[in-house]
Amino acid sequence: MSEHTTATAVAERTADPAAALTTPPHERTGRTRRVLMGVLGVFAVGVAWEAYKFIGPDDGVVVAGVRILPRTTDIAMPHLWDMAVRLTEPVTRAEGADLLWVATAKAAAFSLGVAALSWVIGVSVGLALALLMQRLRTAESAVLPWVVLSQTVPLIALAPLVRNWGSRLSVGPISWENWMSVAVIASYLAFFPVAVGALRGLKSPDAIHADLLRSYAASWWQTLIRLRLPASVPYLLPALRLAAANAVIGTVVAEVSIGLRGGIGRMILEFAQSAAGDPPKSWAPIFGAIVLGLLAAGAVALLGLALRRYRRGEEPA
Amino acid sequence: MRHSRRLAIGAGAVAAALLLAACTVDDGGDNGTGSGETGGDGELTQVRLQLQWLTQGQFAGYFAAQDQGFFADEGLEVEIVESGGDIVPQDALVNGDVDYAIAWVPKVLGSIEQGANITNIAQIFERSGTLQLSMADSGIETIADFEGRRVGSWGFGNEWEIFAAMTQEGLTVDDIELVTQGFDMLGFLSGDIEAAQAMTYNEYAQVLETLNPDTGELYQPEDLNIIDYNEVGSAMLQDAIWADTERLANEEGFAETTTAFLRAVIRGWVYARDNPEESATIVTNAGSTLGESHQLWMTNETNRLIWPSTNGIGLVDQGTWDNTVDMALQTQNETGSTLITAPPPETALDMQYIEQALEDVEAEGLDVMGADFQPIEVELVEGGN
Repeated sequence: MSEHTTATAVAERTADPAAALTTPPHERTGRTRRVLMGVLGVFAVGVAWEAYKFIGPDDGVVVAGVRILPRTTDIAMPHLWDMAVRLTEPVTRAEGADLLWVATAKAAAFSLGVAALSWVIGVSVGLALALLMQRLRTAESAVLPWVVLSQTVPLIALAPLVRNWGSRLSVGPISWENWMSVAVIASYLAFFPVAVGALRGLKSPDAIHADLLRSYAASWWQTLIRLRLPASVPYLLPALRLAAANAVIGTVVAEVSIGLRGGIGRMILEFAQSAAGDPPKSWAPIFGAIVLGLLAAGAVALLGLALRRYRRGEEPA
Repeated sequence: MRHSRRLAIGAGAVAAALLLAACTVDDGGDNGTGSGETGGDGELTQVRLQLQWLTQGQFAGYFAAQDQGFFADEGLEVEIVESGGDIVPQDALVNGDVDYAIAWVPKVLGSIEQGANITNIAQIFERSGTLQLSMADSGIETIADFEGRRVGSWGFGNEWEIFAAMTQEGLTVDDIELVTQGFDMLGFLSGDIEAAQAMTYNEYAQVLETLNPDTGELYQPEDLNIIDYNEVGSAMLQDAIWADTERLANEEGFAETTTAFLRAVIRGWVYARDNPEESATIVTNAGSTLGESHQLWMTNETNRLIWPSTNGIGLVDQGTWDNTVDMALQTQNETGSTLITAPPPETALDMQYIEQALEDVEAEGLDVMGADFQPIEVELVEGGN
């Protein structure tokens, strides 16, 4: 790739869109800059943290009885290097205890697995609903209000219900496990943006295009495959990204809610008790959650790369 | 060619996600079993016990009974089910998710009034573990000193002892500033809460595991004013074992299972009393990530809530029970309502199973009173680690 000159690369691009995989130099520098800016952004957050900790008053800033800036004590805001050092130490003094970063990575991997499953379930259900609603006008009027309403059910009410229903289910030798409840709850949060986004996408082609296909006597399926699905991609990708974020948040929150062992949510719950005595420790699961979110976003970005051809008109988000 | 490559990337991403999910499926979760299924001859009876929080020293006796095989000796296969942020033990019991549940009496009295048909079969904790902590220089030494101060409580049914104590002193909720406390003691240590609710076995230790910025050493008991609700006289009954009233009365074999279960539980708590270090290790091995010194502290303090026992572990006399019920009837919370409006039905307390179990294990020569029980000295280290 690198031996391509700008001229040939551009020429090839004009001649054959297949050359799009060959990154032109200006785009390459753009990417380098983006990566650089990303790293700089993370660095800036770190600097801001330490700077505020250094100059901010111990008791934070209180205006009219409301604390608008946090306290800067070591308990409230541990030094970044203390958090980093703590990550390399064992979780507890107990024999065979993992190093904190290892334990956090394991928990993040566990949560990511559950989140990935709930994302797949959520996306499947969301797409199916969107297709149903696009196909049948009655279904749209009947289902859409319920889809919106479904998101108003608070998790605190949902979690015990799902666990209870689950505990009554068993298929042959497979019985319901708590992690399945967590996956169901997280997918419940993940399906919503997909259902709404995909529906909008499926309905997005101009009437004139749909009419053209109708004039060809194209079936609903053909119209779907050739027109509606490709047209829905610019709407679908942001929805998938939202679904990924919802799946991750839903997983972590549902873990806290149900007390499922093994994931980041449970770790947050467990480490809260050392928030005062060992402040840097309680930040480890938060870093784990950040990594989790980045991985989920990265996976959807890969998906976007695969669907790049259909992404006309989508604003990069 | 180009399409297939992109598709491959996409498919790869999905496959990787699925693979991760599949890995999780394999090593995640414990082996769930159906609730209350009685096995045939020679098979173990499946029993599920719902805790009211995560695995920790507060429940050492149950984990000791599990680890030492006391349940298996009674023909029981017990699954200990942890709870989480939104799991209410008595609701799980009423819903039939589990066979037995650990819960505080005042909270369950509220559930019973709302229709839960469940019975206290063993009052494991004789004493209350609730304290109200304030800094030594705060001037808060008695309940009366709460007036005009920021008083912390976790809410969710944990507030009744505070309100009962205030009612005794003639204070109402309007006389204090009630602050909702989190799971940690940061609010107390930063001064947002002047008198914070704390369990002897957990939050009190959290404070003692924290560096005092004034001295550069860990906080010492002398740095704190401690109000103990047992001494104030508003202590309510805490950890008890609950079972479904209907099943106790009608389900064949369930009464026998219950007595067998309680025999094993008694042995477990006796083991925890006599072997606090080993019991703390058992709890840690059962999956608790609490620090070593914190775990031992919790196990030791939990022992102190049980031992020495007045009537034998788990057996509460009617007078003590009525005391908690009376407080639940009379105490008003911040909205002006009482916990319950009428006394609970007779079935809410049934001591026949624990009486039988106590009799059985005493016949084996087990000491169920612990009259000469002495707590051990636990040195807390920073962070409880």
